[in-house]
Amino acid sequence: MPVRKLTVNGRRVEVDVEDDVRLLWVLRDVLGITGPKYGCGLSICQSCTSLVNGRAVNPCAIPVGQLRPGDEVITIEGLADAVEGDGLHPVQEVWLEQDVAQCGYCQPGQIMAAVDLIQGLLAAGRSEVTEEELDSLRNVCRCGTYPRVRAAIRRALAVMSETPVFVRGARP
Amino acid sequence: MHHSARGVSRRRFLGYVIAGPTLVTAARWIDPRVTADAQELPSIGPQIAESYDLIDFLRDAARPTANLITVTVEEDGTVSFELHRTEVGQGISTAIAMIIAEEMDVPLTQVRITQADARPELLFNQLTGGSNSIYTLYDPVRIAAAVARQRLLDAAAVALGSAGSQLGIVDGIIRAPDGSSLGFGELARDAASTVTEEVDVEPKAERPRIVGTPQNRIDARAMVTGEMRYTADLDVPDALPTMVARPPTHLGRPVRLRNEGEVLAVPGVTHVAMVESGVAIRARTFGQCIDALQVVDVEWAPGPAAGMDDESVQSALEAAELPPLVPDAGLLDPLGLPMPVETRDFTFTFAFQPNCPLEPNPCVADVRGDRAEIWGPMKNPVVAKQDIAEALGLPQDAVTVHVVQGGGSFGRDLFWDAAREAALVSQAMGVPVRLSWTRTDDFRQGRAHPACRSSIRITRSATDIVSYAQHHTSVNTDFGHGLGEIISARVDELPGGFGGLGFSQTVFMLTQYVPYDFGPVQQLLTETLPGPGEVETNVFRTGSMRNIYSPNVVTARELAIDQIAAEVGRDPLELRLTTMRDARSRAVLEKVAEAGGWGREMPAGTAQGLGFHSEYKGRAACLIEIDCRPETVGRTVPTAQYAYTGPRVTRAIYAVDVGLTINPRGLEAQMLGGMMDGIANCLSFSLHLVDGAFAEDSWEHAYYTRQWNVPFETQVFILDSSSQPGGAGEFGVAASMAATATAYARATGTMPTSFPINHGLPLAESIAPRGTIPQSPTDGLGRR
Repeated sequence: MPVRKLTVNGRRVEVDVEDDVRLLWVLRDVLGITGPKYGCGLSICQSCTSLVNGRAVNPCAIPVGQLRPGDEVITIEGLADAVEGDGLHPVQEVWLEQDVAQCGYCQPGQIMAAVDLIQGLLAAGRSEVTEEELDSLRNVCRCGTYPRVRAAIRRALAVMSETPVFVRGARP
Repeated sequence: MHHSARGVSRRRFLGYVIAGPTLVTAARWIDPRVTADAQELPSIGPQIAESYDLIDFLRDAARPTANLITVTVEEDGTVSFELHRTEVGQGISTAIAMIIAEEMDVPLTQVRITQADARPELLFNQLTGGSNSIYTLYDPVRIAAAVARQRLLDAAAVALGSAGSQLGIVDGIIRAPDGSSLGFGELARDAASTVTEEVDVEPKAERPRIVGTPQNRIDARAMVTGEMRYTADLDVPDALPTMVARPPTHLGRPVRLRNEGEVLAVPGVTHVAMVESGVAIRARTFGQCIDALQVVDVEWAPGPAAGMDDESVQSALEAAELPPLVPDAGLLDPLGLPMPVETRDFTFTFAFQPNCPLEPNPCVADVRGDRAEIWGPMKNPVVAKQDIAEALGLPQDAVTVHVVQGGGSFGRDLFWDAAREAALVSQAMGVPVRLSWTRTDDFRQGRAHPACRSSIRITRSATDIVSYAQHHTSVNTDFGHGLGEIISARVDELPGGFGGLGFSQTVFMLTQYVPYDFGPVQQLLTETLPGPGEVETNVFRTGSMRNIYSPNVVTARELAIDQIAAEVGRDPLELRLTTMRDARSRAVLEKVAEAGGWGREMPAGTAQGLGFHSEYKGRAACLIEIDCRPETVGRTVPTAQYAYTGPRVTRAIYAVDVGLTINPRGLEAQMLGGMMDGIANCLSFSLHLVDGAFAEDSWEHAYYTRQWNVPFETQVFILDSSSQPGGAGEFGVAASMAATATAYARATGTMPTSFPINHGLPLAESIAPRGTIPQSPTDGLGRR
């Protein structure tokens, strides 16, 4: 098996794994980084959503061999440290303030998808999000936290549009 | 007894100080002083569930062992409580922490809630379901906390040399008038007892400061940072990923593995073993388990539903339905002459529905030699432990069952299918396993809410409903978990379905009643096509799904009422308000009507609808606005090629009265989530049975509510009405499903009779063929 060098949450790691193993399982089963969740393995439920070079992707659909040297993977565990300042990422803070989570299983993915959406809006100089843009989020939440997810994204965008925040690698 | 909204009843209870090195307290609860308060009963013909319902039954079953539930004050000042109910997102751990924090005047952050292992000595008192948790735990937890508080005050009085009555507690610190103070931790040993003694306590009488105030979840931070450990995240040494190849038909059985060598040659695979449910594959990563599922070749025996489909199941239900019986209305006009009446019949059908949570049936099991250790999100851990011990051929006390907080449940975790399977796999392989179902099997072979039909006969005289009969006929609902332990579980499994029928009937009778004065009323349940409990005749693996019978029974009823209202020219709100049986019911309905502007002008193709549901000692009403215009129904979602859009609920307003609300923010969350379920149940979320197998393979084709189906506006109003909490976890579903259905009927001019409404649409061509597990895609870097 090839020994592969990866950058995950700011840390250089080496993994000994076949090229076609999806990134989700490299994170979870090889590296023990369990924030990204298995909800379907089909790039549908989005509960594994993480960031590669600052953009949201589904690790369940990325053969680890496709990552290039220099790519950085950020999972929910590394989100807070991927932005400047102490404490959590502003989206995580709003998630707490609005008490979005119920069972919490999908929430790492929801938060990462929200970070990506908000970064895109901020990069376009936007401070409001449309219903259509919120409708475009594919993350499944079987507890039905959707209304609070929508409210939290609106709130986080309002907070972040005053002082735009981008995760490492995503600054436009 | 004194009642006040949000007030606390002042009365004395008995409790225990349990012998131990630190302070441990418990409640005594087989006590006539703690029996249910007399309910506000309607004067005419109370129905069973109106006065004594399922949560009373579950609470009474828990009384004898309430003294085994303890509150402990640790030497670091933490107040700890091992929760004997399973947190799966419904917020009970936060609510219990609030009740303890309230009673003991400690900050919420100083209360630590953990999940208790399976405790067989608790008998019927470790079942999480039927929205009974807070109703059952409120008094015993409060009493145990009150005993602890009193003991700490007594110990502080001695230590501080001050009269107990002069001491106060603020944020977990006991203060004397002279300014001296002691923390709970410093008193934990002094307050302990070397013998168990019975004490008399009076819970706090002051107006609550935490209970009734909105609090965020105590576990939210772990959830948003990824620190939360669900079952599949546990780091149990050598417990490698394991998945199971399952039969192409529902509940088929493995006969023979044809290519063991080929499976073992797949990179990463360490073990392969045939068990009762299929062929298990253990590998270094789950991805390699999925690789092996692509090559495994098994000879299967067909499942008992072979050849059956949605239509044949509905035919069987129709054949099993009891003939309509019109209760004898005995209707006489004021002159004593018989009144002319008209009879109206309605029939509604409901498809199978998957009760999958997002977490796909995980379990970690380590079965080696003469002992077993199991970790999983189980809501019936005692019966799980007993059943697993039997399956493994081990004595019950050789099996340790750890309950892990679950990633949702919705009825699924009432059963321990994955735990039993993981235990058998680990035993067969002789190594620990970290088992997960595939998403596809979770839909196809996991548990389903049974298909059913509900027929209603309404008699009316002029514009009034004067009798109401509803016969509900369902594929057997598996209550094989019993009351959480093996004896009542086995009753549900008696041959021929008789035991199960008795259990189902009991649950039906204790949950369903007609909340309107419609003269003589009757509601009956018939179940057919028994579930896996009946070994000879098992057909489907079924189970409850958030709210068991009510969403379908209530939706049928509310649609029929609306239809009668339309036919006699009455306003659906007025008809309901004038026939409701109590003021609490009218209050929630009036609230949503007022907040939603009932009757406001709306464009053609859009409409409002109402739904009402009464259960769990509570009342709930929903107002829905729906948009069924073609341009809305046919909308597309650019990011999701196979999105089911359909009618859009644009506004959802809910009013709920659960008696005493412990955590309004948590209650609101449950109602919001329940509304998302209600919308999905009505419009889109089902399984299609095709030749003995369920077709749905993923969230792409099983249409639970997604963001593109979410109302633009949601509001939840909480109306408190008593000093005792009722049930809440499932209480958002039925009224919202009914309101979505009545709104749809009014928007389209056609009363829907088959649910979910989109069930008749053709299956998507993109669905994975039966018997296959789709491989993970490889285009993740390019896909947004």
